[in-house]
Amino acid sequence: MSAREVDVLVVGAGPAGLVAAARLAALGAGRVEVLDGDQGAGGAPRYGAHRGYGTWPRVVTGPAYARRLVAVAQRAGAVVRTGVTALDWAGPLALETAGPLGVETVSARAVVLATGARERPRAARLVPGTRPAGVYTTGELQRAVHQFGQHIGTRAVIVGAGGTAPAGEATGPEDATCAQTATGAEDAVAAAYAEHAAVTTVRASGASVVALVTGLSRARTGRAPVADLRPWRGVPLLTGATVTELLGQGRLSGVRVRHRDGGTAVLPCDTVVFTGAFVPDHTLARRGGLTLATGVRCPAVDAALRTSRPGVFATGALVRPTASAPAAARAGARAAHAVLAHLRDTC
Amino acid sequence: MTAPGPREGSVTAGPGEGSVTVAGPLPVRPYDVTVVGAGVVGAALARELARHPRLRVALVEAQDDVGQGTSKANTAILHTGFDAVPGSLEARLVREGHRLLSAYAAESGIPVEPVGALLVAWDEDQLAALPGLADKARRNAHDGVRPLDAAELYAREPHLGPGALGALHVPGESVICPWTTPLAYATQAVRHGVDLHLGCRVESVTGGTGGGHQVLGTTRGPLHTRWLVNAAGLHADTLDRMRGHEDFTVTPRRGQLLVFDTFARDLVRHILLPVPTALGKGVLVAPTVHGNVLLGPTAEDLDDRTATGTTAEGLAGLREKGRRVLPALLEEEVTAVYAGLRAATEHDDYRITAHPGQAYVTVGGIRSTGLTASLAIAAHVRDLLADSGLALGPARDLEPVHMPRLGRTTPRPCRVPERVAADPEYGVVVCPCEQVSRGEIRDALATTVPPRSLDGLRRRTRARAGRCQGDTCGAAVRELFEQARR
Ligand SMILES: Cc1cc2nc3c(=O)[nH]c(=O)nc-3n(C[C@H](O)[C@H](O)[C@H](O)COP(=O)(O)OP(=O)(O)OC[C@H]3O[C@@H](n4cnc5c(N)ncnc54)[C@H](O)[C@@H]3O)c2cc1C
Ligand SMILES: Cc1cc2nc3c(=O)[nH]c(=O)nc-3n(C[C@H](O)[C@H](O)[C@H](O)COP(=O)(O)OP(=O)(O)OC[C@H]3O[C@@H](n4cnc5c(N)ncnc54)[C@H](O)[C@@H]3O)c2cc1C
Repeated sequence: MSAREVDVLVVGAGPAGLVAAARLAALGAGRVEVLDGDQGAGGAPRYGAHRGYGTWPRVVTGPAYARRLVAVAQRAGAVVRTGVTALDWAGPLALETAGPLGVETVSARAVVLATGARERPRAARLVPGTRPAGVYTTGELQRAVHQFGQHIGTRAVIVGAGGTAPAGEATGPEDATCAQTATGAEDAVAAAYAEHAAVTTVRASGASVVALVTGLSRARTGRAPVADLRPWRGVPLLTGATVTELLGQGRLSGVRVRHRDGGTAVLPCDTVVFTGAFVPDHTLARRGGLTLATGVRCPAVDAALRTSRPGVFATGALVRPTASAPAAARAGARAAHAVLAHLRDTC
Repeated sequence: MTAPGPREGSVTAGPGEGSVTVAGPLPVRPYDVTVVGAGVVGAALARELARHPRLRVALVEAQDDVGQGTSKANTAILHTGFDAVPGSLEARLVREGHRLLSAYAAESGIPVEPVGALLVAWDEDQLAALPGLADKARRNAHDGVRPLDAAELYAREPHLGPGALGALHVPGESVICPWTTPLAYATQAVRHGVDLHLGCRVESVTGGTGGGHQVLGTTRGPLHTRWLVNAAGLHADTLDRMRGHEDFTVTPRRGQLLVFDTFARDLVRHILLPVPTALGKGVLVAPTVHGNVLLGPTAEDLDDRTATGTTAEGLAGLREKGRRVLPALLEEEVTAVYAGLRAATEHDDYRITAHPGQAYVTVGGIRSTGLTASLAIAAHVRDLLADSGLALGPARDLEPVHMPRLGRTTPRPCRVPERVAADPEYGVVVCPCEQVSRGEIRDALATTVPPRSLDGLRRRTRARAGRCQGDTCGAAVRELFEQARR
């Protein structure tokens, strides 16, 4: 196993990690390396084909947004390595990584975790029923359609905000009560982003949207600050309802929904997309034994994004799963300044 | 760390190797023995018969993969048989099966962890029942069973919920990989000449009188065979009736389970069993060889033999029971919910019966211990076949198989520098949650018995089995799967 040393190792090349790396490199932190297990850099926006990224009025598609951040980081002198996954810790400030070029131990003077967040999948939401094919999160759906052009099905039900029984009732951890507590408004915007991405992606694949099922009494689709709301035309909304069962052997044949008034119905479909319900990708944080916040268990951080271990920082959607891409990017910049202070103090 | 080895599980079809088919007509030449049902029991028997090179053997399965029935959805425990009914056939075959499968697993790379079990007493009645259970274990030739007081129990299981009064420690109870096991049997059987016909449901059986062949009417056309073994699991009674027997009726008994994320694994060290009641073995908490924790199963008698869905009530009931046993477990993410159907019958024991006049053996009622007993059932059925007049011919030792080691105690190839250096594809991590590389997916797609669905690929590699359930890797894994089939 080969061993290397860098000054700052950033795990995750999404908006938060890229902006952190760019700032650090620009401000002279020394050798700054950002690695990502994905085959390309950019994080979740790489797969968001809709125009919903950036700050108004410069709202662009996800891939365009991602390319811009990668270019900025590289120009600043950060090394961006893709196809390299951080598997585990090899010391307090060292990680074991795997990639086609080999297994390595990378040690650093500071480590920034920017591993992002993802949507809670069907099993974790404890939705009963069979285990058919055709069940997606928006994240997986986006990759299937935009990255690989896969055929996903013909008729999709989209499960929006509150469209599954409240997490606290069905499963332990509650959404979004991390250290950097999100506001209700931010929650709503994040849910709306995901619903919007699901609708556009289903339509882009050529499938039709059978219904958007949401537990809310009124859909808030208009709240997503995206440039184009046309995909929403003709999407039937089923409000005040939750998905209670998946049906079908082999392939999904329908979902059972229960309305708040107690009535149930089966919506025939061959695809179902579970959106929103963001949880942090805290695998490395937990493996490293970092203190976690209550709720969905983001790593606990202070105002300077320091975790419980000196020299390890956490930022972006990892500490605030409902953050938008620009919010994650801003958090990345904040982490960079905290890391610089740490490097000054420890040299 | 393990040295770089040959690509796990993959071979090129060699001389003497059987064929694996999924479509098209079946061979016209009669087989000597046909085994219906490629669950863990049928696959074990096919492997056993493969030791006799003079026999032409077919393993026939309705679904598109081995082990896709009850064998894929159980609690994955390699039982000692400590609590079986002393003197029953099941008690003997479970005890022997435990010994045989432990050795076979070590040879073949099937993950096993001998974690031991604790029968936990939560009230005075249950505490009073423990000595009787210890005595039963001794009558089942299990001498290692030992009582623990509450202090010893909590020392062994610090995360156990409050209120436990004591326990019985049952060493030897182990956990095993339920997917690798039937796959190893089938792989070894095929490599030694057995033909595996998938997608081939047997719908009728005729002939077989006066020394003629039996003719199986299948969804892929007729299949001729001299001897027939019925290992059809939930449908064993249906097949039995086709041969004119009314010995038993299968009543599917559903067991729903929850699988918790690997972060839960540190919460539990043993298999935690409740004290059994008249209603069954009850709900357990068990670690898995893959590093997860299982909570279940329920026990619900049903009519529908396809009812493998979970229910809101079932899952809620399990969570309530689990909260008492291991409160912290409920804080962890669930990575799968599933249900399996036990092939229960009106009888208290396995229903394994030879009908020599019909050149036919029924292997029915293998309810809740078939994974453990599989190799012993196979040896028992082979003897029944021989006693009924089948000339087995000479026996040989089988070339061992080396299955991919999917257990948590073996580092995945992406963590083994020599493996990645020898083949960079092992360094391309496709499924980060389970640390599965593109090289392992490639290997699985090129094995003797390759997967024919994404779920089959998951059972062989763990890809998509982790906490994100495919959010990150699902599309990429599907792409690799579909590329290989183009
Ligand atoms: C469906 C959907 C739609 C969205 N739509 C919008 C929108 O329209 N507008 C908007 O502003 N925001 C949107 N968002 C939110 C936005 O994508 C996130 O806020 C943002 O990507 C968070 O950035 P991040 O850098 O914290 O994490 P991410 O972008 O998630 O990046 C984390 C990176 O870390 C990598 N990684 C994780 N673990 C490891 C490891 N162990 N080793 C190596 N690499 C690792 C991952 O591969 C990933 O690339 C959407 C999110 C989703 C899921
Ligand atoms: C909830 C649960 C928990 C369990 N826990 C354990 C445990 O911890 N340890 C243990 O040892 N055992 C356990 N078991 C029991 C074990 O899983 C079974 O005993 C075992 O899988 C039975 O294997 P089988 O090959 O007989 O049946 P199956 O796996 O059902 O195989 C039968 C096969 O026959 C095929 N078939 C049926 N009809 C036809 C036909 N007409 N033509 C062609 N093919 C046909 C089916 O498709 C199927 O693949 C458990 C079972 C359940 C349900």
